[in-house]
Amino acid sequence: MNGTTELLRVDGLSIVPMARRDMLLVNDVSFTLAAGRTTCIVGESGSGKSLTALALMGLLPPALQRLTGRVMFHGNDLTAYSSTQMQDVRGKRIGMIFQEPMTSLNPVLNVSYQIGESLTVHLGLTGKALQTRVAALLEQVGIAAERAGSYPDELSGGQRQRVMIAMSIACEPAMLIADEPTTALDVTVQAQILALLAELKSRMNMGMLFITHDFGVVADIADDVAVMFRGQIVEMGAVDKVLGSPQHPYTRALLDCVPDVEGKKPLKPIDYAWLNEVAA
Amino acid sequence: MSECILSARGLSKTYRQRSGRFGFGANVIKALDNVSIDLKQGATLGIVGESGSGKSTLARCLLQLLPLDAGEVQFEGRNLALLSGAQLRIARRHLQMVFQDPFASLNPRMKVAEIVGEGLVIHGLGDADERREKIKRMLQRVGLSVEDMDKFPHQFSGGQRQRIGIARALVLEPKVVVCDEPVSALDVSIQAQILLLLKELQQEMGLSYLFISHDLRVVRHIADEVAVMHCGRVVEQGTVEAIYAHPHVEYTQNLLNAIPGRHRLAGATV
Repeated sequence: MNGTTELLRVDGLSIVPMARRDMLLVNDVSFTLAAGRTTCIVGESGSGKSLTALALMGLLPPALQRLTGRVMFHGNDLTAYSSTQMQDVRGKRIGMIFQEPMTSLNPVLNVSYQIGESLTVHLGLTGKALQTRVAALLEQVGIAAERAGSYPDELSGGQRQRVMIAMSIACEPAMLIADEPTTALDVTVQAQILALLAELKSRMNMGMLFITHDFGVVADIADDVAVMFRGQIVEMGAVDKVLGSPQHPYTRALLDCVPDVEGKKPLKPIDYAWLNEVAA
Repeated sequence: MSECILSARGLSKTYRQRSGRFGFGANVIKALDNVSIDLKQGATLGIVGESGSGKSTLARCLLQLLPLDAGEVQFEGRNLALLSGAQLRIARRHLQMVFQDPFASLNPRMKVAEIVGEGLVIHGLGDADERREKIKRMLQRVGLSVEDMDKFPHQFSGGQRQRIGIARALVLEPKVVVCDEPVSALDVSIQAQILLLLKELQQEMGLSYLFISHDLRVVRHIADEVAVMHCGRVVEQGTVEAIYAHPHVEYTQNLLNAIPGRHRLAGATV
């Protein structure tokens, strides 16, 4: 990653429930993200990948707590920020996209209002200038400007995710966090959304942190990949290296359960008992 | 060539959607347009297509859960539409379904034993002890334990719930199981487990599957034949090997090209 601007550095991040401070949900996680690059965090449900993303934004649920670790963004430690300071980071300098395009939009507000909201809050845009900017954003994500007055229920799942993307990039953030943004979508729509995200990332030179459980998606979008298992990063590196010669047994196991389209490779579910032995 | 257990000829189904001012107008949507398919005894027929292509409507029409506008469905040589209510109930024991959403398809107020055993009660199969024994064996077979019988659905993970859904369908010893996107809500690692379980059960119980999915990677591993649906029509049909190697229709090619990591993952894994 030499020669590129380091955007984010996560150092020794650990997360525990308030009630059980010995139960490490995220255990000593460290990674970096550079401008114009995509880092994927891949792992199963419960591996701690979404918690890691939430912790970066200071959005951990109240029952959980960051035990240790720093989140350096542009050289500043976000964990030392007050909640007012964080509001200025969220949505403005770091954009977010979530998994469920059905539930993350407000059903009673039209698309143009929802996209415009962060522009008004963060950049003070109103009136004509706001309308023009919203129309431009819709066009960027591939939605006709006439749909600005549409409500979420009038849009398909893929279009809603495009609206979410328009909202997240509205303030031209330096970094984008995408938490399983295509999991609820059809494969064809998924391919379109992945292509759109990759294009926006390059054009705007954003750093993208992309969370997924599917190594197929990793292969399509990642520059670097971090494999998470039971709260820890067990393997990390450039995507070609990790896919080409996976070192950790868990990475190999996770790759083995992705069905290959040629149908040559037998499906192999993860043998957790065996993994426990290897880990021990 | 084995014989057909379920075959459909010329199925058509339209939905009317209100439109225009005050909903006085109506759009007619052709959900199924002259669809014919054959499911062979002991085999798996994959139905693939995008959202809105008519896959799930087809599943519901095949099981007579939705009335057809035209066409007929034959199960073991008998036209399902001509069966009386009582006869249809008997036939339904052999036509079971596994649903997509493991969270929405299980009644949260029922214990696992009740969920899995409900079909046995409805079809009057065995007395209470025999039923309990059957439920127990089925749960163990799908990888759950006896203790799970008295738990509620919310105490299980997504993958475990899908196992409960499979147990519920298979405890009746059906002949045909319609699986409507049974793994698309699951993590890839859990997906592999459920797919292998479905395959094993098919062999053991001689089941025939109609397997609906938008994910061609999954279908490649479970199906013998595939029907590709687009806008309510079957646009291409054939063996898995033939369709994946030489798709004739552009729509099928697009579906294949959309598979994530297709090029980079091929040969990359050990």
